[in-house]
Amino acid sequence: MTEQVTDWQPTATLAALRQRAELLARLRRYFSGQGVLEVETPLLSSAGIPDPHIPSFTTMPGPDGEASRYLNTSPEFAMKRLLAAGAGPIFQVCKAFRRGEQGKYHNPEFTLLEWYRPGFDHLRLMDDVDVLVRHLAEGHRLLGRSEKLSYRTCFQRYLEIDPFKADVSMLKSCARTQGLEEVAGLSDADRDTWLDLLMSHCIQPHLGKEGPMFVYDYPASQAALARIRSAEPPVAERFELFIDGIELANGFHELQDAHEQRERFEADLVRRQVEKLEPVVLDERLLKALTVGLPACAGVALGLDRLQLVLTDCSHIRDALAFSYERS
Amino acid sequence: MANYATNEFKNGLKVMVDNDPCSMIDVDMVKPGKGQAFTRVKLRNLISGRVVERTYKSGESLPGADVMDTDMQYLYNDGEFWYFMHPETFEQVAADAAAVGDQHKWLKEQDMCEVTTWNERPIAVTTPNFVELRITETDPGLKGDTAQGGIKPATLETGAVVRVPLFIETDEMIKVDTRSGEYVGRVKS
Repeated sequence: MTEQVTDWQPTATLAALRQRAELLARLRRYFSGQGVLEVETPLLSSAGIPDPHIPSFTTMPGPDGEASRYLNTSPEFAMKRLLAAGAGPIFQVCKAFRRGEQGKYHNPEFTLLEWYRPGFDHLRLMDDVDVLVRHLAEGHRLLGRSEKLSYRTCFQRYLEIDPFKADVSMLKSCARTQGLEEVAGLSDADRDTWLDLLMSHCIQPHLGKEGPMFVYDYPASQAALARIRSAEPPVAERFELFIDGIELANGFHELQDAHEQRERFEADLVRRQVEKLEPVVLDERLLKALTVGLPACAGVALGLDRLQLVLTDCSHIRDALAFSYERS
Repeated sequence: MANYATNEFKNGLKVMVDNDPCSMIDVDMVKPGKGQAFTRVKLRNLISGRVVERTYKSGESLPGADVMDTDMQYLYNDGEFWYFMHPETFEQVAADAAAVGDQHKWLKEQDMCEVTTWNERPIAVTTPNFVELRITETDPGLKGDTAQGGIKPATLETGAVVRVPLFIETDEMIKVDTRSGEYVGRVKS
């Protein structure tokens, strides 16, 4: 007797699958018209990403001593190696994998659209993202006027605090007034986590209600792979895009300095150790490429499944996936 | 009891929060692309019935609550406690008024119902969605009045009062929806 299987069917409607195909065709035409080259990079990589907040899937080690590999969490390292090799403007649509990320807007396997524009900074790339998103929205949804807010203004507007100046006790008392009294496991030492908590729970739900909302110039402590602009206080040249309170894209004015990149990776490795996470093999080929020279550029990753959700009025990420994780 | 980490949270999981057993009724992940992941949970307190919302940093865990739903037979009420018996082990438990709540009005001796226990102490009693009970008192039915219109109160053997059609008479068995407290129909004897 075979077990009764009741969930073989797709989680997306056939109409949603056609919408996806049409979105892909449209974005490829857009980039082709702009002279941006489509590329493909490996999904299985010998090096990983040390960011403690981005958990990777890994393969089993093979027979004959073959090392285990990482499923890519984003194609950014490989694409930067192409940029350093002189590829010029490039884009890619690929699957990305993040272990444990599952929920209404998360599927552990998801589709990213990532692209790089040499000569752009993060502000100019925001305009590029805006043009593309509006182009993709045509015929699906009428988007309101786009808005751009700095990270600082965002906190001042919605929570009336300055995220660059407020100390942890102020952030905590702000969380309390917002009804987030009990957050298990959050220590006073982790200021950025308190900022993440306020951003994701208290600010983000308001962002992009009218039209696309770009938030830019993040705290330097949240630079990830963005360059840091010396100002008072210094800011990370990074942006995110929100529509309907959903985070759709994250972009950087890319860090070019190989030395600083290695230092950030090593700081991440130390944080991983503190948090008792598996060590990660650093991407020496990326670091070498940065040493040889990454052209000044800005790059962005946009979640295509989520974009389809907001453009077509769906409420769960599985509605945009042929088969969600539970059925894969 | 085991501890459950945030990645094991799911609807229906019974955990201890603020020293009370709670059942998860909604679980979602809140995670910035770059940054800390949180798990947001709506929990129903199984003692008070209140719903609270909590946020946990990913990787945190909660102790499980030793909560069990068991089908038991209702035996009797001694004025203070309602006694229930496990049909196979014949083990008996006593539930107080707080655990029984307003379900007492559908409890008839010998009938089966679901008893929720926490550390073997009854905290809730759930009667079946439909019960069949005898009417002990209602105004006499009016001759000639059939299915049309009129409604009157009727007292059941458990003490509950439900609204029934005029043609229903004392000593008849009726079927009642315990969720709404409404008359469903006559039971043919």
